[in-house]
Amino acid sequence: MARVESVLDLVGSTPVVDVSALSPRANVTILAKLEGRNPAGSVKDRVAVSLIRAAERDGRLVPGRPGQIVMEPSSGNTGIALAMVCRLRGYDLKVVMPTNVSPERRQLLLAWGAEIIDSPGTEGSNGAVRLAQSIAAEHPEWVFLYQYANPANPLAHYETTGPEILADVPEVTHFVAGLGTSGTLMGVGRYLKEHKPGVQIWAVEPPSGEIVDGLRSLDDGYIPPIFIDNQGVDLLDRKVVVRPRESIEWTRAMTQVGLFVGISSGAIMAGAVKCALTIPEDQAATIVTIVCDDGWKYLSTGAWSDDIDDVVERAKRIIYF
Amino acid sequence: MAATVRIPTVLRPAMGGLTTVSVEGSTIGDVLLELTTTYPAIQGQLLNQDGTLHRFLNVYVNDDDVRYIGGVDAPIADNDEITLLPAVAGGAA
Repeated sequence: MARVESVLDLVGSTPVVDVSALSPRANVTILAKLEGRNPAGSVKDRVAVSLIRAAERDGRLVPGRPGQIVMEPSSGNTGIALAMVCRLRGYDLKVVMPTNVSPERRQLLLAWGAEIIDSPGTEGSNGAVRLAQSIAAEHPEWVFLYQYANPANPLAHYETTGPEILADVPEVTHFVAGLGTSGTLMGVGRYLKEHKPGVQIWAVEPPSGEIVDGLRSLDDGYIPPIFIDNQGVDLLDRKVVVRPRESIEWTRAMTQVGLFVGISSGAIMAGAVKCALTIPEDQAATIVTIVCDDGWKYLSTGAWSDDIDDVVERAKRIIYF
Repeated sequence: MAATVRIPTVLRPAMGGLTTVSVEGSTIGDVLLELTTTYPAIQGQLLNQDGTLHRFLNVYVNDDDVRYIGGVDAPIADNDEITLLPAVAGGAA
């Protein structure tokens, strides 16, 4: 694919690289799918294209019509990917984002011409979702894509990421990814389970609930509607929580195999290693994991250069994942 | 069996500000029941009336979500670490 008509044609078809040098078991191969190779820099490019195309298909967005506004809550990558796609398609984008994300994310949104609407940092992504919902109710004329509930989100992974993984790694036995909106896990998980029964689907969750102090009670909790719609509890085989320290340690370890990855990808790699450790030594296994994005947007966190205790302490206040 | 339970920020005001507590029990259900008996202010925050887990509560035993390893019947060993986390909207979304 040396020459393409549009940057959007470069979304997807990402490479898979063997990172088994970091596997704790000689009988377990670990392969990482490099989603940072997408043009706006993350796995969310697939989702952004899918969300916008779905809105255009159902007539909520019309290419070429001036003054159309798209709005979305995002702690980073979806907003950045949507900003790129919206600029190409001629839509104005407003991203509702917690104030305490890494500054590079805000800079990238501004670079793509998006407008940022601040939500309280202490309320994390929950607060951004809540504010976006109330703004959507006040502005029904804006197109609210709502990645947490939009079937076009998991569909992107069902139609592209899942088939790519099975084509490139037909021997896959486990798929490990971060939970986030659950779009990657629901889409890839459903595709793999339908086409290769027996594949285990593992979710990795950063302990963000520990630092969200905008919750008054557990009843203020949030489960993405797409997780419920796809019977997420039944689709997943295992779910593990990964701590900030492990995430930073594995983010750093990925440089040993030549990969400079974002911190959520370090967390997912930590989950892949936990998965590998459950596999008996007389069994072969092939784990596919996702590198969601590269490390550039996280340089200001000092994740690679500062004392790890300081980085972990900062992770309690700044959304890195 | 005595396990250490890590308490999330949202539940601490109802539990005297504690960040961890040590609780006896042989299953997750035992441990959560014991917690609500000792701290009645969190009644209804951990378990539903039918004994199932509150839908917005994630419970981890040594970092494994118990919903995938037996739910409230998941066994507890001595010195296990149990983490309670509220379900919130995802991270890198």
